[in-house]
Amino acid sequence: MTTTRTEPVPPSALRRLLPGAPAGGGPRSATLLRHLAVAVLAGTLVVLLTNQLPPYQNLQVARVCAFLCVTAGYTVLVGLNGQLSLGHGALMATGAYTVALVQQGLDDRAVRGWWILPGSLLAAVAVTALGGLVVGLAAARLRGPYLAGVTLAVATLVPAVTTIFTGVFNGEQGLRFPAQNPPAALGAYFQPERWLAWIALAAALLTIVLLANLVRSRFGRSLRAVRDDEVAARLAGIPVARTQVLAFVVSAACAGLGGGVYAVLTATVAPGKFPLDLSLFLLMAIVIGGLGSLAGAVWGALLLVALQDLPGLLTDRLDLPAALAQRLEGNLALAVFGLILIVVMLAAPGGLQAGVRALATRLRATVRRAPDR
Amino acid sequence: MERFWFLTFDGLAAGAVYAAFALALVLIWRAARVVNFAQGAMAVATAYVGYAVAGATGSYWLGLAAAVLSGLALGALVERVLMRFVGTAGPLNQVIVALGLVLLIQAVLGMVFGNGYRPAATPFDTDALTVGGVAALSPYDLWVLGAALAVVVLLALLFTRTPVGLRMRAAAFAPEVSRLLGVSVGRMLTLGWALAAGVGALAGMLVVPTGLGLHPHAMDLVFVVAFTAAVVGGLDSPVGAVVGGLLVGLILSYVTGYLGPDTTPLAVLVLLLAVLLVRPGGLFSAARARHV
Repeated sequence: MTTTRTEPVPPSALRRLLPGAPAGGGPRSATLLRHLAVAVLAGTLVVLLTNQLPPYQNLQVARVCAFLCVTAGYTVLVGLNGQLSLGHGALMATGAYTVALVQQGLDDRAVRGWWILPGSLLAAVAVTALGGLVVGLAAARLRGPYLAGVTLAVATLVPAVTTIFTGVFNGEQGLRFPAQNPPAALGAYFQPERWLAWIALAAALLTIVLLANLVRSRFGRSLRAVRDDEVAARLAGIPVARTQVLAFVVSAACAGLGGGVYAVLTATVAPGKFPLDLSLFLLMAIVIGGLGSLAGAVWGALLLVALQDLPGLLTDRLDLPAALAQRLEGNLALAVFGLILIVVMLAAPGGLQAGVRALATRLRATVRRAPDR
Repeated sequence: MERFWFLTFDGLAAGAVYAAFALALVLIWRAARVVNFAQGAMAVATAYVGYAVAGATGSYWLGLAAAVLSGLALGALVERVLMRFVGTAGPLNQVIVALGLVLLIQAVLGMVFGNGYRPAATPFDTDALTVGGVAALSPYDLWVLGAALAVVVLLALLFTRTPVGLRMRAAAFAPEVSRLLGVSVGRMLTLGWALAAGVGALAGMLVVPTGLGLHPHAMDLVFVVAFTAAVVGGLDSPVGAVVGGLLVGLILSYVTGYLGPDTTPLAVLVLLLAVLLVRPGGLFSAARARHV
């Protein structure tokens, strides 16, 4: 991260400014390589982890990865581009329903093949990106609270749409489609949850690597420039509206992929899984993780899954009366989420990742100073 | 034709509540340049208080008074304890804190009162009176309409005829100058939040019996509709909020009546987008140059 900053300007960077300079080489490919290396390392570690874990924990790993697709794209939109969307729950639902409809349709026609899963996920990304384009086109003309209000209206729309077009979406009941089974090559007794975790992991790694490169690219710099000062960005020759719309499309595509994977995990979709609160949870996740930071998105996704299971654990431990336990169920997580969201926003707007970064800087400083003493 | 008149009256009654709620949003927007996304949750919380008091004492009016008073207190509390300390670095921060408040309030309500629907008593009959063979407003609708309009008139009087109202407008319009002239801008801000939450509490008490009943999420859609109403009128204009509320109430009543209740959220979104894309400043805004 610091290599390009601490060194004097590398000659390759100067050369790239000259006309006819050879593309590639230099910092850009170094960035790509570094991101790929980190992704491969992280992927290997998680795969090793899933080999040790029992089914339920593997499903949790899969859920973290599915949420990570969404939070990563979301934090780029909110943190780096400054557009507050509250409709990402609805975008997840779009992806999930697309996967369900595609897989159901192919299953009805007795089409089989390994490509159905990636194909349906790709369809989910495409459809959600299109949805994001529509919302983004409107969003590019809206600011702050107006955008939040419009996207909030989008988030309340999910149950209504599924009931209006009940012939397609089957209303409150939702849709079912064939569950993903591990390929035969992995052996007959391969844990299905482990396979699901691998699918989700692949999606998450793909999202993170692509986004990490995007954030460090010219487009990423435009995103930040537009967020910080629209007038200055316009003067610098950045097409403000187009950048905002593109940010929305990218973010929506990630949410669609995450929603699609989320649907694959349970092989069902229903409007009840995408309530208004889901959008608020996602917001909480990226705020706590640290707005605009992909590493923060990882923290956020972990927290989303961990905190949702916390109240169940707590009520089991404390042996509360049934009526009280029923009231706490679900509500306790909400209360904790809300409280954390407020406290983080007031006390530490940088989120977890800012804390981690500060800690790392201090450690590095101590290590560097140590020989002098 | 009979159905049309029925829907019109029904829409006006619903619109009056939306108008009151939109007015609460406009009050805070004018005072602090914040859209209070927690308005709905705060109103539900005070409605729970109101109906708890009404159930305990047997008097709807005591419950109403309790709801409005707790609304005033809650609004002041939220401003004093939370909103004052949110960094003004970005407009997003205040929205995010308000959304955290939504989660917190709804969860606490769910924990204390349970997540089920609770029936809410009404002081008047909800069966429609028939005028000349046409089913028109029920006594309860009349009470809603009257109460909402009374609030609007009282607020207008407060802002245009009293020294406090003048100070509040000054503090919102030019905080620096007002401070130099001896207006306590912070106190005016607190008062603005308290007033808005009080109006929101009243709107909550009025709207809850017309829906499925008391529920932590009872105001989610009402908030979105009221936001739409406020945007239709232009977030800055109290008169616009009232007209916008009535207009949105009418439109939604026709949509619900002729196309079915499931289409309401879709109609809200279409309306909101249409207004924002065609007339971003609302129906009552003067033409203004747009920066960037």
